[in-house]
Amino acid sequence: MTLLDAKNITKSFGGLTAVNDVTLTIEPGRIVSVIGPNGAGKTTFFNILTGIYKPDQGTVMFDGKLIAGKRPDEIAALGMRRTFQNIRLFGNMTVLENVLIGMHTHLHAPFWQIIARTGGVRREEAKARERARERLRYVGLDDKREALAKNLPYGDQRRLEIARALAGEPKLILLDEPTAGMNPNETAEATQLIRRLRDELKLTVVLIEHDMRLVMAISERISVLDYGTKIAEGDAAVIRSNPRVIEAYLGKGAAGTAA
Amino acid sequence: MATPPPTSAWERITAPLRSGPSAYSFLGLYAAVCSWLLLSNPRTGLRTDIVFVFFLLLMLFVFRARVARVFKIGLAVALLAIVLPLFGTLNPYYIDVATQAGIFVTLALGLNVVVGFAGLLDLGYVAFFAVGAYLWGIFSTSQITLINPAAMPVSPLLFYLFIPLGLLVGCLFGVLLGLPVLRLRGDYLAIVTLGFGEVIRVLANNLDKPVNITNGSQGIRDIARPPLFFASFARDTLGLKLNDNQLYQQFFYFLVLLIVLVVVVVVSRLKSSRIGRAWEAIREDETAAIAQGIPLVRMKLLAFAVGASFAGAMGVVFASKQLFINPPTFDLLRSINILSMVILGGMGSIPGVILGAVLVTLLDLQILPRISTVLREAQDAGFPIPETFDPTQYQRLLFGLLLILMMIFRPEGILPDQRHSEELHDDAPPPEAPAPAAAEPVAT
Repeated sequence: MTLLDAKNITKSFGGLTAVNDVTLTIEPGRIVSVIGPNGAGKTTFFNILTGIYKPDQGTVMFDGKLIAGKRPDEIAALGMRRTFQNIRLFGNMTVLENVLIGMHTHLHAPFWQIIARTGGVRREEAKARERARERLRYVGLDDKREALAKNLPYGDQRRLEIARALAGEPKLILLDEPTAGMNPNETAEATQLIRRLRDELKLTVVLIEHDMRLVMAISERISVLDYGTKIAEGDAAVIRSNPRVIEAYLGKGAAGTAA
Repeated sequence: MATPPPTSAWERITAPLRSGPSAYSFLGLYAAVCSWLLLSNPRTGLRTDIVFVFFLLLMLFVFRARVARVFKIGLAVALLAIVLPLFGTLNPYYIDVATQAGIFVTLALGLNVVVGFAGLLDLGYVAFFAVGAYLWGIFSTSQITLINPAAMPVSPLLFYLFIPLGLLVGCLFGVLLGLPVLRLRGDYLAIVTLGFGEVIRVLANNLDKPVNITNGSQGIRDIARPPLFFASFARDTLGLKLNDNQLYQQFFYFLVLLIVLVVVVVVSRLKSSRIGRAWEAIREDETAAIAQGIPLVRMKLLAFAVGASFAGAMGVVFASKQLFINPPTFDLLRSINILSMVILGGMGSIPGVILGAVLVTLLDLQILPRISTVLREAQDAGFPIPETFDPTQYQRLLFGLLLILMMIFRPEGILPDQRHSEELHDDAPPPEAPAPAAAEPVAT
């Protein structure tokens, strides 16, 4: 059984083919990485999966449903959540509120009951707060729950973004460069957290990452994109010795010597 | 959240007036003196104007003071539901100002849902107000007979039904406007809403032919008021010697007060709910909001509908109170006026918006005209003031100046929403962030 099945995805912007005929299949409970040089189309590929872009060609099946062409909020509601390369928190809201927004699809209090502030609404709100705090405890931010998100240190902002994504109780979480700009300490913590997402929460994780040590250490499978095309796929050992990958990263000629 | 520590000397001096036992005696004494001054000498004039402003200022102090809730509510009810109406029986002018202020508080709170909560700039908000006003204006007068000779004006009793009907129609227009334009962002949205506001006004101005629907620039007069069901109660039981006009003033004052209360409750509940959070998320970052599963279009439509419905309902009340409406009542300046109330008071902040609306209305209806009168009296007394100088003529200028000064020195408004205040003062030290962490680099 596959959780995510993206087939022959192609997306062009004007004359530029950002993603060219890429196929990616992900089994549940895996940590999968998508790597590639800058501009290889990784983030565009994420944006297609999450519905921000519609693919020109190809289909995306998620959890048995066809999602290509659905709106981002519908896809998020189905259980696919993401973080952003350039952290997109709600900076002027508190840490707790950020996580509460992540829960939006799980809160159903109808308009009229909110206005009447019925017991049901209050209970739902109290429960949501408790669950949000659980999520915050999980990533270690509970003691900062009243701070404004924009005032958090960088590493905490990354963790908060993950907590917000977790709040949606996703089946699949897409992390776009979760350790970008982090120091080695923070990177180690983030690696730990990503492992725990899978091991403890049984989440499926897809990762875009430039930190090769991290990628090689935690991914069970790696797909390499270059100029929008998938040039290699396999486990860490396979990727490391693949001449086309080395060429993409280091340039022609390097492949021969490294292999 | 911990409140920020007192920063200025002023705050330290006034602190005892805001909390503790001294606050009770301060507020009590203040209220007593103000009420006595108003009731003992209710003549219209500069002195009463000043007392009246202090009276309204007291409401703000009551709100801000950290005293028992029962005391707060008790005092507010005593002042707004007893002292002010009683004063209104002695002097019809000020209660009318209070009613107008209430009407604009409702409108500003409605616009605040759209602009302050959801961050959608709406420059045509008054259109929804117009729709509500024309709804009751047309159906309660012989205007309806001009449209359809077989139809008769509805019974004035149906006024109460038309308030919720105005709400629904306002809501409907909000959705009608929202559906096509919500794909637009920022400036583009503002321009389209501006156009919409003008379209409604121009329609009201020109729909007197081929079928006379709105009576064009003549406006609609003799709009019906509901029967005074409480007339005998007020005259016989309470022994108040009031004519019908004064009774109507009391009626509209209490009606508007009631609507303001309901609106305040509704918007504050929405604000603290999942819906309010979703609006705020959209205002902050649409892309991030939609990635959390927030349906953008539906949530924006909801904001438009909620904001518009308040204006629609208030339009019905306004038409009935004024007895007469015409297209210029609902021009672009009115929309901008309401928007300036929201901005002046503090976008997104409910107490701020109420304060802004009261302040602007007061400035418009009372303070500036009074300054004119005083100047004219001074002129008559021989002071060298140019004949043509009349502050009411400079209303817009003063407004503009006020807004510019606000934007420079206090862009978040007078009583800002806590978070909005953060947004606009990025240089301010974060109040809650742990100190050592603040040194870390921040993502750009």
